[in-house]
Amino acid sequence: MNLAAGVQIVSFGLLAAIILVGALGVVLLPNIVFAAFLLGLVFIGMAGQYLLLNADFVAAAQVLIYVGAVNVLILFAIMLVNKKEDFTPLPRAWVRRGATALVCLGLFALMGTTIASTPWALDPAPTVSSSVATIGAHFFSDFLLPFELVSVLLLAALIGAVVLARRDYLPTVKEQETVFSLPERPRELITSDSK
Amino acid sequence: MHLQFFLLLAAALFCIGVYGLINSRSAVRVLMCIELMLNAVNLNLMAFSNFLDPQEIRGQVFTVFVITIAAAEAAVGLAIVLSIYRNRDTVDMERFNLLKW
Repeated sequence: MNLAAGVQIVSFGLLAAIILVGALGVVLLPNIVFAAFLLGLVFIGMAGQYLLLNADFVAAAQVLIYVGAVNVLILFAIMLVNKKEDFTPLPRAWVRRGATALVCLGLFALMGTTIASTPWALDPAPTVSSSVATIGAHFFSDFLLPFELVSVLLLAALIGAVVLARRDYLPTVKEQETVFSLPERPRELITSDSK
Repeated sequence: MHLQFFLLLAAALFCIGVYGLINSRSAVRVLMCIELMLNAVNLNLMAFSNFLDPQEIRGQVFTVFVITIAAAEAAVGLAIVLSIYRNRDTVDMERFNLLKW
């Protein structure tokens, strides 16, 4: 992407702020509907980062699949499991919270020092001009087997989701005979002496 | 632009996801945190693809695979959450102890 370095830095900072604030909102907000919408914001910010990384096709796929499919699916699940339930507070919740925060901060510090100290073998070559053609060539040459396996996995996930979420009726309960009738207002029958 | 910025952002996002994964009580929020962590992994792959392998962008291919797996995981995970909600009438992670003891 032909952007000036300053523009790239500023847009990276803005997108990173959006992503981090949105992710913290997803984790910390008590209202789960707001959390789901903030998750969509995080996904859009990630698509912007992909654009900064010269990946137009994956950015479009990110918006289509994550924002359009996964986020809508999560919102549907929230609406289907719409139960106001006050979780009973755990006796030692702060211990778990503190320990997890400590572990996560330690993990972040570890990864940060590793990232800073690793000598990355940067490749100064320019990025390929058409990423779609390159990705397609990979899909049908050296990544052909994973590509086909992923399609089979999508089919299996589709059938599995339908089977899991289907409402099962107990076979012992007998269905009652129902008499169907149309809700009509009573009409006078046409007889011969009515004229 | 440096590679390290993207990697640090991905690391922060991953750590936020881990924190939420362990501390969430609602099962749907746990799935959302898993999506956050998968996005962090995707950002790593894309950064490596752009900075270390700009000619053969294999990282983008892997990202497409991860996005596909994430979509399948979200569908099956939400179906499982719906099924458990019908059986146990709750989405509290602390009461999902069918296989625990």
